Amino acid sequence: MERLNVNPTRMMLTTLKRRLVTARRGHKLMKDKRDQLMKGFLELARENKRLREEVEKELARVYESFSVASAVMSQEVLEEALMFPKQGVDLSVEGKNIMSVDVPQFAFTTKAEDSTDIYPYGFATTSGELDAAIAGLARVLPSMLDLAAKEKEAAMLAAELEKTRRRVNALEYVKIPQLEMTIKYIMMKLDENERGNQTRLMKVKDMILKEAIEEKRQQDHEACKA
Amino acid sequence: MYKIGVIGDRESILGFKAVGLEVFPCDSLQEAGQAFKKTTEGEFAIIYITEAFYKEMTPEITEFRDKRLPAIIPIPDKDGSMGIGMESVKKAVERAVGADILFGGE
Repeated sequence: MERLNVNPTRMMLTTLKRRLVTARRGHKLMKDKRDQLMKGFLELARENKRLREEVEKELARVYESFSVASAVMSQEVLEEALMFPKQGVDLSVEGKNIMSVDVPQFAFTTKAEDSTDIYPYGFATTSGELDAAIAGLARVLPSMLDLAAKEKEAAMLAAELEKTRRRVNALEYVKIPQLEMTIKYIMMKLDENERGNQTRLMKVKDMILKEAIEEKRQQDHEACKA
Repeated sequence: MYKIGVIGDRESILGFKAVGLEVFPCDSLQEAGQAFKKTTEGEFAIIYITEAFYKEMTPEITEFRDKRLPAIIPIPDKDGSMGIGMESVKKAVERAVGADILFGGE
């Protein structure tokens, strides 16, 4: 691991130590967020899978009756029958906040008052299969909307999870070791300086002492002579 | 109030009109692209696209993957499911977890 390229000063040491504390706290928070997101996401993904299977199965059935209907009826009659729908869907979107991810929530209301009377055509010229297809579609529609909401939510959570996971890893395996390493380096450097200083002082003290002794000796010598 | 759009080939999606969704029947990829552009302008919150077109338009659709709206959802067409819808669920799981853990060993 590369250490940061900084001057080994006491000031830098304090700054880095503070940064390490922040990084550790950030790491912990991110990790908690990741775990929480993961918990929600797995549940959601499972639900999503189930819903999709259900919708795909239902739709397959609808297409089946629909293709029979379009085989029995001519294309023009079919289109004419469906030209002016009686039923309308109003969709309102609200947000839901999951771990600071703003996911949409769909709520829909149908326009037709009577849910059994949604067929926009007379029964004289159309085939029964068309009725079945449309009834089937009306039945599967709520699931389809649910699927849309769930799928969007899953995609958004997945994006957030990916981001959080990367951040956790970057902090855990790069940033924090790097900071620790640099702090250690600065501390060692400072200690080394301290020791260097100490020896220098001792050396100087020795020298001064020696000089003093020499001087004293000289004085004694002169006193003896006199 | 938002609308719900359906893009796909005529035969598959015509029925959705009867239940109140707005359909964009397309016979070619080019038409589908135009319909897609129109629907993503903001009026539509959900856009269902048949898998055949979804597959061809993946680059454009990916742009909207991380946006809040619209939700772009693949649906099977009259020829049955190609597994693309499931694939997108699987991809989301892979993206989030880093490995596919829901559809184990498929």
